[in-house]
Amino acid sequence: MKKEAKKTLIRLIVAVPLMFAFGFALVPLYDVFCEITGINGKVFQSEHSEDLITDDGRKIALQFISTNNENMPWTFKPSEQVMKIETGKYYGATFYVKNTTNKKMTAQAVPSVAPSNAAAHLKKLECFCFEQQELLPGEEALLPVRLLVSNELPSNIKNIILSYTIFDITDYNDEVLAHNQMEIE
Amino acid sequence: MSAVIENHHDEHDHGPAKGLTRWLFTTNHKDIGTLYLWFSFAMFLIGGAMAMVIRAELFQPGMQIVEPEFYNQMITLHGLIMIFGGVMPAFVGLANWLVPMMIGAPDMALPRMNNLSFWILPFAFFILLSSLFMEGGAPNFGWTFYAPLSTTYAPPSVTFFIFSVHIMGASSIMGAINVVVTIMNMRAPGVTLMKMPLFVWSWLITAYLLIAVMPVLAGAVTMMLMDIHFGTSFFNAAGGGDPVLFQHIFWFFGHPEVYIMILPAFGIVSHIIETFSRKQLFGYSSMVWAMLSIAILSFVVWAHHMFTVGLPLAAEIFFMWATMLIAVPTGVKVFNWVATMFRGSLTFETPMLFAVAFVVLFTIGGLSGLMLAIVPADFQYHDTYFVVAHFHYVLVPGAIFSIMAAVYYWIPKWSGNMYDERLGKLHFWLSFIGVNVTFFPQHFIGLAGMPRRYPDYSLVFADWNMVSSVGAFLFGFSQLLFLFIVIKTVMGGKKATDRVWEGAKGLEWTVASPAPYHTFSSPPKID
Repeated sequence: MKKEAKKTLIRLIVAVPLMFAFGFALVPLYDVFCEITGINGKVFQSEHSEDLITDDGRKIALQFISTNNENMPWTFKPSEQVMKIETGKYYGATFYVKNTTNKKMTAQAVPSVAPSNAAAHLKKLECFCFEQQELLPGEEALLPVRLLVSNELPSNIKNIILSYTIFDITDYNDEVLAHNQMEIE
Repeated sequence: MSAVIENHHDEHDHGPAKGLTRWLFTTNHKDIGTLYLWFSFAMFLIGGAMAMVIRAELFQPGMQIVEPEFYNQMITLHGLIMIFGGVMPAFVGLANWLVPMMIGAPDMALPRMNNLSFWILPFAFFILLSSLFMEGGAPNFGWTFYAPLSTTYAPPSVTFFIFSVHIMGASSIMGAINVVVTIMNMRAPGVTLMKMPLFVWSWLITAYLLIAVMPVLAGAVTMMLMDIHFGTSFFNAAGGGDPVLFQHIFWFFGHPEVYIMILPAFGIVSHIIETFSRKQLFGYSSMVWAMLSIAILSFVVWAHHMFTVGLPLAAEIFFMWATMLIAVPTGVKVFNWVATMFRGSLTFETPMLFAVAFVVLFTIGGLSGLMLAIVPADFQYHDTYFVVAHFHYVLVPGAIFSIMAAVYYWIPKWSGNMYDERLGKLHFWLSFIGVNVTFFPQHFIGLAGMPRRYPDYSLVFADWNMVSSVGAFLFGFSQLLFLFIVIKTVMGGKKATDRVWEGAKGLEWTVASPAPYHTFSSPPKID
């Protein structure tokens, strides 16, 4: 085989594992891209900030939706369906959960915000979705979320939907879930 | 590697080995091309039989013939087999036969790898098809195998599916590497890049696309495998993953993949239209640049398959315009084909009939593609039969018509015999009518809202579905005629001349018919 042919061949052979790795690199790239642009409706924990608090906020509606992932038998619902809030003020809300089974279970709630361009303006001080919930058989709890909607929210948004899907993660080991730890921004 | 080439010189005057081992151990590009073509024909018939099951079930509303679970397995396997077993190996087979002869090379650059890349394919499809007999049945999640349908909810046979996709990917990658090394290094002196026949150009670009995206597909199925068996959560929201991520990765592969299935067709059709118009092809260099721009654009349009997943507006607008931009180079190509025919002295032998039908029907498929690219409209069309009609128009009268055209056009060179022109024309007209009767009504029922991938449908769609099924049976059974014509031609018939077609240009027509076992052992002289 000619020397140039060997060079072409080697280049192409190197390209294959590189593209294979690129496929895997899309996973963190996707997360980073979503985090920067906030387009996946994912909300990360933020710290308390006096700068965000204003008195001249607008009135908007904050709507809560709860969903059980398949095979998740817990009762899971927001204490209030809709909250009338003002931008630039901190509010607290709660979700009611009950382990309806006769065994100890662990759950993880995954949040999503619609419309997605509101996600960047939703500041969560505290959220049950940042940690896992472990409930004994028949145990119930009120799960807190504490948040503020920034005054910079685009003015066409008058209604924000905050939805949580609760997953049964009893059978997952911690190592797997380490991936899910949401870090403070 | 050099040893291989020297061996070939030693065998120079020998014909092929005798018996079965000829095919098992062959490193001859013509033998391997033949193997690929017969293999893809077998897969085309198997995948076609599955399409017949689908259309038989959809002949009338209500459940008639098969169980819904089996129906799902049929649509999944039909898609996978036609794409990975039918269209792609057929193009690789054509590349094997034609690329060395068109550039004046004695063989492919890597003959032993060539043998390997073919012979792993039958195993891949044996594994895939054997899943039909496994507990839980064959894969039933559609050829796009979206997670979590293909992970959390998949039948146990999904692991075999993943393994077979790995093998198909390895085969395609090896085939593509072989094509690139051959084209880049083994052209006869004087065959510069911009003098290469368009089929060679189209395959060079296709091969680069394959090398770029088949590893990404392998990555996607590997992630599925890890989610299913090793407790990772790439696509599982409970563990912090994201099912939408699967669709991004899949379509990052999937969109270049659709051009992998159409670019070689562009090359074939350019040759055939040029020959039967008895004119120089109009706009050679614009054809090359159009294919290159289509290939590059194919990497930035993937999300138009996912307009309804909740993309932000900016992304929807970007992917909409990028997609529409592809219509420009495609339009250039269609214009050039028409301009080549303009004032040519046309004759309509079977290959030309298929090529002209390709231009017309592929354009219809392209235009419905433009409709689907419009974001607000796509929310209505998404996952309806309109999409089914669209991609079958670009794949059946697009890719598959071009393969049939190629077979009729080059089979005299391969076998040394002319095919039966009357039967060829009959095959064309049956296929042409069949394909349109099958897929044109699917535009109507799609726009009316019939969703794809269901074994049953509302009564309002009944009439057009029946028409569509009748067309499908016509198209399906006329392919047996094609099989008969090919066998008849290989067995005997009127001897073909070396040039075969009056207007044929290119090095492959300068060798004898049938093409000798070894061609261009010394490079041809190019003026």
